[in-house]
Amino acid sequence: MTTLSLTVNGRQVSTEIDPRLNLADFLRERLSLKGTHLGCEHGACGACTVLMDGMPIRSCITMAASCDGVEITTVEGYDDNKLMSRLRRAFREEHALQCGYCTPGMLATAYDIVSRLDRADENEIRAALAGCVCRCTGYRGIVRAIERCIAEKNA
Amino acid sequence: MKAPALEFHRPDTVQAALAILAEGDGAARVLAGGQSLVPMLNLRVAFAETLVDIGAIQELAAIEDAGNHVRLGASVSHARIEDGQTGDYFGGMLGHVAGNIAYRAIRNRGTIGGSLAHADPAADWPVAMIALGANVEIAGSNGSRKLPVDEFMVDVFTTALQEDEILTAICIPKASPKLRWSFQKMRKKAGAFGEAIAAAVHDPESGLCRVVAGSSAIGGPQRFTLLETALQDGDVDDDAIRDAVTRTIGSLGRYETQIHTVCLRRAIEEVRT
Ligand SMILES: Cc1cc2nc3c(=O)[nH]c(=O)nc-3n(C[C@H](O)[C@H](O)[C@H](O)COP(=O)(O)OP(=O)(O)OC[C@H]3O[C@@H](n4cnc5c(N)ncnc54)[C@H](O)[C@@H]3O)c2cc1C
Ligand code: FES
Ligand code: FES
Repeated sequence: MTTLSLTVNGRQVSTEIDPRLNLADFLRERLSLKGTHLGCEHGACGACTVLMDGMPIRSCITMAASCDGVEITTVEGYDDNKLMSRLRRAFREEHALQCGYCTPGMLATAYDIVSRLDRADENEIRAALAGCVCRCTGYRGIVRAIERCIAEKNA
Repeated sequence: MKAPALEFHRPDTVQAALAILAEGDGAARVLAGGQSLVPMLNLRVAFAETLVDIGAIQELAAIEDAGNHVRLGASVSHARIEDGQTGDYFGGMLGHVAGNIAYRAIRNRGTIGGSLAHADPAADWPVAMIALGANVEIAGSNGSRKLPVDEFMVDVFTTALQEDEILTAICIPKASPKLRWSFQKMRKKAGAFGEAIAAAVHDPESGLCRVVAGSSAIGGPQRFTLLETALQDGDVDDDAIRDAVTRTIGSLGRYETQIHTVCLRRAIEEVRT
């Protein structure tokens, strides 16, 4: 066992963990935060993407024990964050989700794209989304939702 | 797909990390960003009884302007390089290479040192660092040593690192403002590994002139010295490049020969115009 202290969605967590645990399993199994989804479990599909110190990372290929001292935000933890509220509304109105499996990872990725880029055309948004797989929407709604939030940011 | 049982250490100095590696007697491995190692542990294609996470070692995350070169700690992430934290002594080349590795979520964790130490034949940094004439610094229990990246990269998934050594830094000689570079990566999808990668670099002031290609098909980074002279003065056409590809790496399938030839031609043309 190894000790782990970190902040998850604003809450301080200190616990003993099996060192082979990855961050996704820690969040899902130990903290019951099932909003973080697992698809491929090797970094390729993006479903497990969460924010670590405000930056998107893959929780499936990040060892939980490497997260000592960091701040993790999962889809359960955005509360009334302004940008995330705008993204949620845009996702809803642009039909950017259907089954919702990819959505937690899409939102974390979209949050990063909108925060980092002051402008991005459709191709750039699609390239930045290349690491997130959606089997339902065909991406158009997701791209439109992100375009809209970038435009709102500049308005 | 979960990693097998293992021990985990997260030391905060290079010395402490070296001591754990030495004690592990070959069964301990360095964990950097984990973006290659963790999937490989999960898939049981890599093995470790003990992981030595170097993420808490501050000095390995430093970026230093060291006069005639830029010194990047091994744990500097692709994303920090993409964002220009290295300072721009290479006409934007480092940011371009970094920004085209995988996806942002992976670039936030993956490190330049991890990429070199991992020695995936299709990785981007080995090609770019050989092209820029970079050196690596390596620490071991018997002191440290320095090696040019082309000597460090030994073979597919094989480097000059011993089991009890840590790659600590990458030193890239600063280029002059006259540097011309091109980095071509042929791939079918944004974020994927390149099927063929080629870099051409020419700095008339320092005399640096290199043409390098890499991919799984050609078994990792290779310098194309035959084309380096041509990059400076001669004329190069597709036939000459195809000929250099065959002479440098032997016979490849038609598709592989073609994509490597095209990448090299695009790289050379971009540098010469
Ligand atoms: C979906 C996906 C797509 C990717 N696409 C690309 C791509 O297009 N191009 C590309 O170049 N890469 C790509 N990568 C790989 C990525 O760049 C990794 O970050 C990199 O290969 C390994 O870096 P790391 O810091 O994660 O190392 P780790 O995975 O932690 O370690 C890799 C290996 O290097 C050793 N090691 C690491 N650091 C050190 C050190 N300082 N000293 C000694 N040994 C060390 C480890 O023991 C291990 O054997 C991709 C990865 C994924 C998951
Ligand atoms: S589950 Fe992590 S990237 Fe697919
Ligand atoms: S909404 Fe179903 S996978 Fe994206």
